[in-house]
Amino acid sequence: MGMSIQQIIFMVLSFVALVSALGVVLSKNPVTSVLCLIVTFFAIAGHYIMLNAQFLAVVHIIVYAGAIMVLFLYVMMLMNLNSDIEPHKRNWLKYAGAISGGALLVVLVAALRDASVPALSETATEIGLIHNLGKLLFTQYVVPFEISSILFLSAMVGAVVIGKKD
Amino acid sequence: MQTLTNRAKPVDRSPMTFMEKMYLPAIFTGMGITLKHLFRRKATVAFPEQKRQFSPVFRGLHVLNRDEEGRERCTACGLCAVACPAEAITMEAAERKPGEEHLYREEKYAARYEINMLRCIFCGFCEEACPKDAVYMSETFAPANYQRKGFIYGKQDLLIPNPKADK
Amino acid sequence: MTLLSIDWFYLVEKILLISGVLVLSLVVAMYSTWGERKVAAWIQDRLGPNRAGPMGLLQPLADGGKLFFKEEIIPTHSNRFLFILGPSIAMMVACMTSAVIPWGDTITVAGRTVSLQVADVNIGILFIFGVVSMGVYGIMIGGWASNNKYSLLASIRAASQIISYELPMGLALIALLMLTGTLSLKEIVEQQRHGVWNVCLQPLGFLIFLICAFAECNRTPFDLPEAENELNGGYHLEYSSMKLGFFLFAEYINMFISSALIATLYFGGYSFPWMDSLGWGENAIALLGFFIFFLKILFFIFVFMWVRWTIPRFRYDQLMRLGWRILIPLALANMLITGALVLLRQH
Repeated sequence: MGMSIQQIIFMVLSFVALVSALGVVLSKNPVTSVLCLIVTFFAIAGHYIMLNAQFLAVVHIIVYAGAIMVLFLYVMMLMNLNSDIEPHKRNWLKYAGAISGGALLVVLVAALRDASVPALSETATEIGLIHNLGKLLFTQYVVPFEISSILFLSAMVGAVVIGKKD
Repeated sequence: MQTLTNRAKPVDRSPMTFMEKMYLPAIFTGMGITLKHLFRRKATVAFPEQKRQFSPVFRGLHVLNRDEEGRERCTACGLCAVACPAEAITMEAAERKPGEEHLYREEKYAARYEINMLRCIFCGFCEEACPKDAVYMSETFAPANYQRKGFIYGKQDLLIPNPKADK
Repeated sequence: MTLLSIDWFYLVEKILLISGVLVLSLVVAMYSTWGERKVAAWIQDRLGPNRAGPMGLLQPLADGGKLFFKEEIIPTHSNRFLFILGPSIAMMVACMTSAVIPWGDTITVAGRTVSLQVADVNIGILFIFGVVSMGVYGIMIGGWASNNKYSLLASIRAASQIISYELPMGLALIALLMLTGTLSLKEIVEQQRHGVWNVCLQPLGFLIFLICAFAECNRTPFDLPEAENELNGGYHLEYSSMKLGFFLFAEYINMFISSALIATLYFGGYSFPWMDSLGWGENAIALLGFFIFFLKILFFIFVFMWVRWTIPRFRYDQLMRLGWRILIPLALANMLITGALVLLRQH
């Protein structure tokens, strides 16, 4: 047997992730883009499961696919974007886009050239399981965890303030 | 404002109390009511198997009566057609030929007698107008039909079976 | 028997279980349509379907046959692929949740211990939560792809409604998790088997969960996405034949799964009082447990119908106010009180 089942699943998931990610960028219809993005999220959640991080996988689906993308889709449907009302892109905008994208590529290549991939351990890690993750978050990383929760709280307060204005 | 009857109830617009604002008691009351209905006797009459009782004064489809010897009672006087407020009845009279005494009781009879059941309002005036007790209203109603002409009832539809011939 | 490092018996066992659960969901959903019509009729002092077969029991077959043979219409200006994708997603997502519900205790067949649960994952509740949050896509995509203003309105209503009611649902579940300390549904049931039903410990949480379950299933009083008299059927307005059937069917499967979930989380799942003192064999107890679990599910399905034929639909602003200004603060308070009590008990 050339490949184990894990490898086959990994290949399939990666293929789905790449194709749907390309679909996000290349699709003309914004709603199709959003749907492709959702498929990408699912493929990534599959990768999380392969890494034995079920909690992360499910939270990824709940938060990104279940909540954020629903709002995205909501907005897309309301705006009713299509090719008729697409603003005409100026030429210099295209050049600027190409240049900044190219610059990002250069930076990425330069950064990744010296980076070494740490050797993956063959045994399954238990860190992604909810018990271990919770222990880690509430002991070693408690300060960043609490700071991020304050960030969310401020966002919530801001949303309520804006909502109260009318 | 002076009310015409003393049945009018003023609308209570006072703010809701806390219990009312919770809605749950009201919801549970409502669910209790629906639960009670779940076990009530059902009002439906399962039609083809069960039939609703007609009232004794029910006026249904007309019949043309015969006398005890099986002769048609109708003499085509036209009083029913005149009495009919919906003008649903038409008829053509004919003279009884010798040898037809066993068919028609009077010397004149209805050669054609039609009631349009779509026009008929089942008021029963024809029944009252008839001097010969020839038209009666039965306890059935007109069955459904696909065409208008199916609702024009002729003599063969209206006449009751001959008691002599059936024996 | 192991071949290619796969336990084939395990695979067969799981496939059998999955097909069993799937068939069960479909049959229950099918007969829920019959039950819904009967309950509706009885509550309104009528008889309900009684022509097809004894007591109208063949009515679901007649309805299904009708749906299969109806002409399939796809609107010209709709997005064909998404139009078909919508009901498929709705149906698939509805069927997926049943994977983590423990349908019964373990039974022993020919020396093998078989768990009556497709997958006892340690994040069971989160899995359900994730799948439920996917449920809205079927409605949204289907409604948008129909290219009809009523369908679009229904999609938008569905999206905002489901997001709004997911929050209090999650908060109610968090309070439950604080008590049980586990996300695995099997363990939650086992805890209730040896203790009391969670509904006694979490009455408020149960109420919030129940209301949110109604909202997530798009059942009356929260059926705004399909509101027959304002939106002509809402998101499934343009659908015909079996695609319409899938949408309607998905709602009934959701109802079945929600009832199963309520029974599992708050009413002891397959456990029942004096379960361990009956002194029967393990298999008999497991089967009886499954039967009792099924009765609990049927009761909650009945509650879903009972509420539908009692309470009228919410207005949109009332729906939002109930979700954001009543249920979320209540759920938060419930969570805080539960947390405090759990802490108190530990010290």
